[in-house]
Amino acid sequence: MAAGVGKTYRMLLEGHAEQEAGRDVVIGLLETHGRAETAQLAGGLPVIPRRRVSYRQTELEEMDLPAILRRAPELCLIDELAHTNVPGVEHAKRYEDIEDVLANGIDVLSTVNVQHLESLNDHITELSGIRVRETIPDAILARADEVVLIDLNPEALLERLRAGKVYPPERIDAALNNFFRIENLAALREVALRQVAEEVGAKRLTTELVGSREESLAAAAPQAVGERLLALVEPYAGSQRLVRRAWRSAQRLGADLDLLWVRAPGQRLNEDQERSLAALRQLASLLGARMFELESDDVVTSVVELASERGTTYILLGRSRPAQGLARLRLPLPQRLMAQLPGVDVRIVADRSNRPNGERPNGERPNRDRPNGERS
Amino acid sequence: MSALVVVLVALVAVIVGLAAGYWLPPHGRRPAADRPQSGRRRILLPFTGQAISRRSFEAAVRLAKAENAVVLPAFLARVPMNLPLETALPVQSATAMPLLETIEQRLAAQGIPVESRIGRGRSARDALRRLLEAEHFDRIIVSADEDPRAGLDYDDLRWLLRRAPAEVLILRPAPEDTRRISAGAVGGHF
Repeated sequence: MAAGVGKTYRMLLEGHAEQEAGRDVVIGLLETHGRAETAQLAGGLPVIPRRRVSYRQTELEEMDLPAILRRAPELCLIDELAHTNVPGVEHAKRYEDIEDVLANGIDVLSTVNVQHLESLNDHITELSGIRVRETIPDAILARADEVVLIDLNPEALLERLRAGKVYPPERIDAALNNFFRIENLAALREVALRQVAEEVGAKRLTTELVGSREESLAAAAPQAVGERLLALVEPYAGSQRLVRRAWRSAQRLGADLDLLWVRAPGQRLNEDQERSLAALRQLASLLGARMFELESDDVVTSVVELASERGTTYILLGRSRPAQGLARLRLPLPQRLMAQLPGVDVRIVADRSNRPNGERPNGERPNRDRPNGERS
Repeated sequence: MSALVVVLVALVAVIVGLAAGYWLPPHGRRPAADRPQSGRRRILLPFTGQAISRRSFEAAVRLAKAENAVVLPAFLARVPMNLPLETALPVQSATAMPLLETIEQRLAAQGIPVESRIGRGRSARDALRRLLEAEHFDRIIVSADEDPRAGLDYDDLRWLLRRAPAEVLILRPAPEDTRRISAGAVGGHF
């Protein structure tokens, strides 16, 4: 989550546990940041010394990758996964060193703060105002067999910081005034908790299972994981209200939001619809929602396929326009979706601009007749 | 015999009509409210903060009614230089979305057609400039009482007067400028 929560400490504890279980464990790289209790805990675990690297007339220390590969332990503890190496060694980034270690059959325990994840970098910059330069691709974390979240509430972390357990005294004030503000730490904590939950969820879905019971469990898994909302939109002004409502619901549920527009094959948009579509895309981008545009004449099938693929748990749509002709005999879209997607909630979003005191302009029909995704 | 033919033809026509209603996608028959607004004049009502001037809003309503225009409230999102322009902005969204909802509800309650917009840029002016490049607007309504630290400052207003390809209505500061429309007024459980 952040510096000082105890990642390195936990890594060392795990290393000791593995050593006691009889495995050959070494420390490939340890950053104690001058913390006495961390250094003390490292005692008893063999350490591979760092190597010295010359860079611009300066001697710097780096992890000794060749020495680790020569030593070939069963498990190697390598701190600071997102570290950028000094130019001149094998790789530019430490996670690339770790890939080599793993490729040589050595297990690795490593540590990283959530703000170093590439996909979260922008989000965290916006939340905290501070840009973290060293990032790792999300795929690195996704490949980990296990991700352990070291959670600490922000108040406790600030206590540790003030007590000098995170940084030396001369850095405490600067840290408190910059990154270590309670709102930043709370936001980071939330992001970290969500990220780990998503990692766990993704792993559960991709785990290969055999046997009929396990297969049925795997098939049911998308419904069991987190919440994901899907809003059915069309390029017209009222869709933005639906998207905002869906986004708000997604926020309350801590869920991701997808938008879907099912476009009829060959459908041409007029100027207004083009503008509305551009506005919808812009809104989706601002809100961090993912917008899908599928071309099909069968709305239900398109929605069902996307919902199944994305693990949707809620579908939101506006009120459909009244059916005409034989279409009156057909079940309305929400009922058809509920029939096709058991376990997925279907919510029809009211148009609040169309309340009884809301007089419509120029005798126009109210928006409530508009479908969102309904075609026939 | 000929009467029978007429009845048969009528029956076939009815069946074909009903079947067409069932099978054909209804793209050609939008409700009137959703028909193209192309003929209407377009009034842009940009904002940046957590509230907008009630005078700007009321001016937009008056003009929209008089000109049978559509009002386009537009949130001008400022994207920090170190972020991609297309990045998601959840913090700004959290304040802008309820306000957009409030403005839309109020405009709709007065019978004014409304279409929201999002402008993005490195500053409020940049966001507005990009919005003006992307779409045509007939009028732009801004209030000179906007907090210059939060939104458009006086330089931006001068720029708007010089460059905007639309009629610009800048409301001069007035005692009633303390009256504002904020996200707190949003109706329902939004």
